[in-house]
Amino acid sequence: MLIRKPSDIRPSEITSRENYLNRRQFMAAGAAAGSIALASPVLGAVVPPGDFAKLPDVRKSEFSTDETPTGYDDVTTYNNFWEFGTAKDDPAKNSKDFEPRPWRITVDGHAEKTGSFHFDDFIKPFDLEERIYRMRCVEAWSMVIPWVGISLADVIRHHQPTSKAKYVAFETLHDPVRMPGQRRPVLEWPYREGLTIAEATNPLPILAVGLYGEALPNPNGAPIRLVVPWKYGFKGIKSIVRISFVEEQPDTSWNMAQPWEYGFYANVNPEVDHPRWSQARERRIGSGRFVSKQPTLMFNGYAEHVAHLYSGLDLRKNY
Amino acid sequence: MDALEQIRFVWKPVVFVLCLVPGLLLLGDTFEITGTLGANPVEEIQDRLGNWGLRFILIALAVTPLRRLTGWNWLARFRRMLGLYAFFYTLLHFLVWLTLDQGVLWSAIVEDIAKRPFITIGFAALLILTAMAATSTNGIRRRMGRRWQQLHYGAYVAGILGVWHYWWQVKKDIRDPLIYAVILAALLGLRVWFHYRKTSQRRRASMAG
Repeated sequence: MLIRKPSDIRPSEITSRENYLNRRQFMAAGAAAGSIALASPVLGAVVPPGDFAKLPDVRKSEFSTDETPTGYDDVTTYNNFWEFGTAKDDPAKNSKDFEPRPWRITVDGHAEKTGSFHFDDFIKPFDLEERIYRMRCVEAWSMVIPWVGISLADVIRHHQPTSKAKYVAFETLHDPVRMPGQRRPVLEWPYREGLTIAEATNPLPILAVGLYGEALPNPNGAPIRLVVPWKYGFKGIKSIVRISFVEEQPDTSWNMAQPWEYGFYANVNPEVDHPRWSQARERRIGSGRFVSKQPTLMFNGYAEHVAHLYSGLDLRKNY
Repeated sequence: MDALEQIRFVWKPVVFVLCLVPGLLLLGDTFEITGTLGANPVEEIQDRLGNWGLRFILIALAVTPLRRLTGWNWLARFRRMLGLYAFFYTLLHFLVWLTLDQGVLWSAIVEDIAKRPFITIGFAALLILTAMAATSTNGIRRRMGRRWQQLHYGAYVAGILGVWHYWWQVKKDIRDPLIYAVILAALLGLRVWFHYRKTSQRRRASMAG
C-alpha cells in the first residue's frame, strides 16, 4: 500500500467544502429529475426558470452549435405564432391558458403505420436529444435555441412511408376557442407546412418537445413543433396535430397567403432577398442595443449537411 | 398678459414639453429606467420613433380642419411646432435606422434606399419634411411668398408616403397602418369638403348677385 505524503497531493485534487456541497446539490437535483445530461453552454448562459417539468434522459448532439444560447425570456416572449395574435409578445400573453394535454397526433397518407396517437405514445419510441440550433426568421432576426426533441428522420422511418410518399405535410391544431388568434382570418387556418421526403429524412430536422431542458412552453408551440434549422422560422410549424405522407407538394400557409414573397422551400439564403427587405444580414436577439447586424450564412450555416439536397435547383426561383 | 402672450409664454412651452414626452420615455426605456424595450430593442426604438413621426404628421394636419370646424383660430399658432416635431421624430427614426439598424454600412444603406420601395418612399417623405423644416422660419416664409405655401402642401404628400411606408413594411396584419390611413383620409377628405363647400357657396353668391 502506497501512502502519499501531503506534498504529493496536487492542489487540484483538493475539493473545497463549498464546491463539494454544490456538487451534492447538483447530483441531488440530477437524481431527482432522472439524471439529465445538459450541454454545458446552456447551464453557463441561462438557468431556465423551472416552470415546467425537466425532461429526463436528454442526450447531447453533435449537431449543436457552441454559440451562446439566446436568453430564455427572449426565446419565450418574442415569437411569431399567429394562432395567439400577430404581435411578437401576443403568444406569451395569449397562450397562458392554453392546455397542451391531452394531445393527439394523426399520422395518415402513404405509410404503413398510420393512425391517431397520444402524444406520449407518439414520442415514446425515440430518444430525446438536445439540439442547440440557430433560428433565422424571415424577418431578418435570429436566435440560438437549445431545443429538446426527437429526430424527424427517426419518426418518418418508424411510420414506414411507402414509395408514393414524396412529401411530408404538417398541420397545426385548428381550434379558435383555445387559439384566439384563429378568430381572425389573417391566415387561412389551420397553419400548414411541408417538407420533401429527402428534407424530412435529413438528420437535422427535429420535432421539438422541449426548450432549455424543460417541456416546451406554449408560445414556442407546445406540445410539439417542427424545427428545420436551415430554413426560415415560419417553416417550423407549431402545435402539430397532423402529419401526412403525400404524393404532391402540399400547400403551405405563407406560400398560400403571399406566394410572391414566400415559397415552399424557404431556405435561408443571404443572396436571395425578400422582395421588401434584404436577407444578407440578421439581428441576433439579445446581442444588445448597440450591436450591429451580423452576416446571414448560406442555409443558416448548415450548408455542409443540406446543400446536396438542392443541387441543380435554381434557388432564386425556388425561394 | 394678453391672449397672444399667454399662448407664447405659457401654452407653447407646455405643448413643447408634452411633445417631448414620447422621446423622453423612449430614452428612459432604452436605459431601462422607465421600462424596457423588449427582446428586439433596435426594432422597438425604430418603430416607436417612426410611429411618433407619423402621428405628429397627422396631428399637424389636424390643426386646420379642427380650427375650421371649431372656430378656434389660436390652434394655428401650434401648427409649426407640431410639424417640426413630425420632422424631429422622423429624422431620429431615420438616423437610428442608419446607425443601429444598418451599422452605417453605406453600401447596404444606398442599396436599401434605391432597391426597397418602402424605404424609398419613407426616405422621400423625410426629404419633404426636411425641406419644410428648413423653410419654417417667419423670415424665410415671408421671402418665399406664394412658393412657401406650395412647398408646404408637401405635408399632404409626406402624410400619404408615411402611411404607405408603414403599410408596405407590415408583414400581413394591416390593422395598425389601416387606422393611420383612415385618419389621414378623413383629414384630407375634410379639406376637399371645405374646398367644395367654399366654391359652391361662392357660385351661389354670384348667382344671387
